[in-house]
Amino acid sequence: MSIRLVSFENIGITFDQRILLSNIDMTIDEGEIVTLIGPNGSGKSTLIRTLLGLQAPTSGKVIRNKALRIGYMPQKLHIDPTLPLTVRHFLALVRNVNKRDILPTLEKVGVGYLLDSQVHVLSGGETQRVLLARALLSRPNLLVLDEPVQGVDVNGQVALYNLIEDIRNELHCAVLMVSHDLHLVMAKTDTVVCINQHVCCSGTPQQVTGHPAYQALFGIPGAEESIAIYAHQHDHVHDKHGDVLDADTSQDGDHQDHTHCSHH
Amino acid sequence: MMDFLIRALIGGLGVAAVAGPLGSFVVWRRMAYFGDTLAHSALLGVALGFLLNVNLNLAIIVLCVGLAAVLVTLQKKHIIATDTLLGILAHSSLSLGLVAVSFLDNIRIDLMAYLFGDLLAISQTDLYWVYGGGLLVIALLVAFWKPLLAMTVNEELAKVEGYPVESIRLLLMLLVALVIAVAMKIVGVLLITSLMIIPAATARKLSGTPIQMASIASFIGCLSVCGGLWASYHWDTPTGPSVVVCVAMLFLITYSLPFRRR
Repeated sequence: MSIRLVSFENIGITFDQRILLSNIDMTIDEGEIVTLIGPNGSGKSTLIRTLLGLQAPTSGKVIRNKALRIGYMPQKLHIDPTLPLTVRHFLALVRNVNKRDILPTLEKVGVGYLLDSQVHVLSGGETQRVLLARALLSRPNLLVLDEPVQGVDVNGQVALYNLIEDIRNELHCAVLMVSHDLHLVMAKTDTVVCINQHVCCSGTPQQVTGHPAYQALFGIPGAEESIAIYAHQHDHVHDKHGDVLDADTSQDGDHQDHTHCSHH
Repeated sequence: MMDFLIRALIGGLGVAAVAGPLGSFVVWRRMAYFGDTLAHSALLGVALGFLLNVNLNLAIIVLCVGLAAVLVTLQKKHIIATDTLLGILAHSSLSLGLVAVSFLDNIRIDLMAYLFGDLLAISQTDLYWVYGGGLLVIALLVAFWKPLLAMTVNEELAKVEGYPVESIRLLLMLLVALVIAVAMKIVGVLLITSLMIIPAATARKLSGTPIQMASIASFIGCLSVCGGLWASYHWDTPTGPSVVVCVAMLFLITYSLPFRRR
């Protein structure tokens, strides 16, 4: 039996009388890959922020193993352009970092050549890799990745996911990942947790994709193959696939735009 | 006759040396308006210092730190946008200071000296304050350089990695308050922020790392103190504004030079 790293117990978060999360129960074991999926505004990032200690839950608690060391890779990085900063200096800011680890870690994520580049000139994919290196420098046993492929093209996304998998196989750390690229992530995940304010369903990828709550949230069965998997109905409409499909087609464009806007 | 000039030079260099690195943080964290607000409230500190008969530097530091605390509290409550809040605090505390000063009948205050600085009137005691306060600021900056920078680059990452972000933010405000208190004599409340921001902004184009920017900013500040003093001596211009004009010229020259920012 593996060691439990984190358990969320009945987490609820209310902000300005708006319920962001309620009754969330979830666990992460040593070495486990957990993927958090859910539509935009479903509270995925908020849940991650409670784990990181950036957001206090209104109710419930997060129980962390004493040995828990988190390596956090944020969605994106904004550094004020008035601050001159090379990748080397950026990575040297990790608390208690061993400076000799910086170059090998950067090479491990495939961007050793960026060591003396300014952080302001990095491409989207390079930024994500540098952020991954920073997360790894904390020598984590849990990697927390908030939409790790933000701003990366499709080929780059596959490469980045493969890299994350390689790293996790090498370090045997647990991974908690927020994603909506289901078709790319599913195969490599132990547990999928599908949330929309509450936990809709969770289990192995096979169990989840077959679950009616998942299908209601992410569209009709078989649609996992397609990239445009964003056919979210806010209210769980079940057993009305014909009607829902019509609504989806008319709203698809809106949903896509919405998805992109909210991440800029 | 040269005595006061040498004192002015030593005092000015001390302030500029400290204002450089701290000014860099002010620029990186976009705290320029915050610095201005603290500086404006310093005049109220002076008035209170006279009224309560306590050391002026101490009164200024206490008032600045108090104001910073009020600001942080109000900011958290999201009552009003931060820049509006800063504008309200800056100008009402400045006006309150001016009003309070007018009540000091029996003490003659050279208001112009506090508003625009009087480097040439700097005394031996002022020098002790400048160097004592300056060394303290530099020592704290060196000791907490990494957490300060980690917080500046990304507060959330710093917090997740276990840096005590709240305390570090408070420390930075305290440092800004300290520098304002000791720099007030040199350039006055209305011009202090310029001595922090303009050298740092000038240094930005010339530097590739944070430490480079902080040290170049110090150097540029010192250069302008020399230039300003020289101009003031030769043309009998007001010293504080001369220093600021000098650093502004250095900024213009640096940014019009045909090389790219690193």
